[in-house]
Amino acid sequence: MKVSYYPGCTLKTRAKNLEDSALAAFKALGIEYQELDRWNCCGAVFSLADDDLIHMVAPVRDLVRAKQLGAGTMVTLCSMCYNTLARANELMKHEEVKRKTINDFMNEEPDYFGEVEVVHFLSYLKNQIGWGALKSKVQSPLGGLKIAPYYGCTLLRPKDVAIDHPDSPTLFREFVETLGGEVIEFPSSTVCCGSYQALGNPEAALKVSFDILSDAVSRGADALVLTCPLCDYNLGRRQDDMLRKYEGAKDVPVLYFTQLLAIALGLSQEVCRFELNRSSTARLLKSRNLLAGVKA
Amino acid sequence: MALVISRRTSDTKFHDRVSELSGQEFMKCFQCGTCSGSCPMGDHIDTFPRKIMALLQLGRMEELSELNTPWVCASCHTCMVRCPRGIDITKVMEALRLTRLRQNVNYVEPSNMQPEEIIDLPQIALVSGFRKMTS
Repeated sequence: MKVSYYPGCTLKTRAKNLEDSALAAFKALGIEYQELDRWNCCGAVFSLADDDLIHMVAPVRDLVRAKQLGAGTMVTLCSMCYNTLARANELMKHEEVKRKTINDFMNEEPDYFGEVEVVHFLSYLKNQIGWGALKSKVQSPLGGLKIAPYYGCTLLRPKDVAIDHPDSPTLFREFVETLGGEVIEFPSSTVCCGSYQALGNPEAALKVSFDILSDAVSRGADALVLTCPLCDYNLGRRQDDMLRKYEGAKDVPVLYFTQLLAIALGLSQEVCRFELNRSSTARLLKSRNLLAGVKA
Repeated sequence: MALVISRRTSDTKFHDRVSELSGQEFMKCFQCGTCSGSCPMGDHIDTFPRKIMALLQLGRMEELSELNTPWVCASCHTCMVRCPRGIDITKVMEALRLTRLRQNVNYVEPSNMQPEEIIDLPQIALVSGFRKMTS
């Protein structure tokens, strides 16, 4: 089945480790995909003001591109892009007056009525590939690596675009278990990392991220796995600031779910781009012989 | 601190403006405090969302315009999914931000940011941050 693929801005630069590992996994799983032609930034956040339709133009234009490709499903990897595109899609499906205004305004594009289905890759793995089929493709099971799955906000809230139950999700757990990892459940797995407050109130974002990591570590996690480049910045990249600022801070390996998938599928280490993660990530995986099995 | 409430202290225009921008009926709030207890930024905001809802009900524009809460809110939607009255508090926070931003008053000023402050930030942080905190 062919799907269209929406990457998003950060996946072409800082988060190449999210994109490259996912695209290699698409291939290994036989997912036929095509990247959208002339895609643009989705806006990263969904506009929450009732009279603000101009910020819907960016995500809707991407949805129109997906419709033009003729694939019914558009897969995203970044959870913020997923949220923004899926909510814009819901608006175009259900809010007739706003839909008409947006379609009239974008008169250079064909009218759009929410025909495309926006799907996050984690949901795609569960619903289209299936855990059983995925398990049969695992070449290098994760050998009981203790993994804390971090959902963050945008995969679970609001409810109308949630990929699982907003307060007690299980999808990420199922994913990690399918790959042979041991899941470390922790209450902060659905707590916000501070998101864009990395820009506005970086100290507040640092503290909430530190609390999330401390929660995972105190329950015995070897590593945190996530889906969003902004979470990766707050929880991964900013650990250097935490190590300087907070007593007892530990260096916690953080990786994208697609990197975990690529390892388990036995794909080339090159597609994982571990040079973009904290160096502790590759060190951990090497020490557990999880990089030995992958094709060099 | 006690609040003096009278017709004079209630700015109904402001109340209506926030209601219109957010599309929310905050008169429905019955002050249970679930939003305040759920807020991940609880340690960093100066006023909890429950109190903000009360101030909105009373039309206390003066107090509301000085709060840091809408600017520390990360739009995580936890309060929204848990509100037993079905109020989208995240939208109320956005409306409070917009009452300032639409007067062309930025909360973060891109031109004042030092290169070393932003060099490390990924695009996703810059786009989302500027969308929420600049006009």
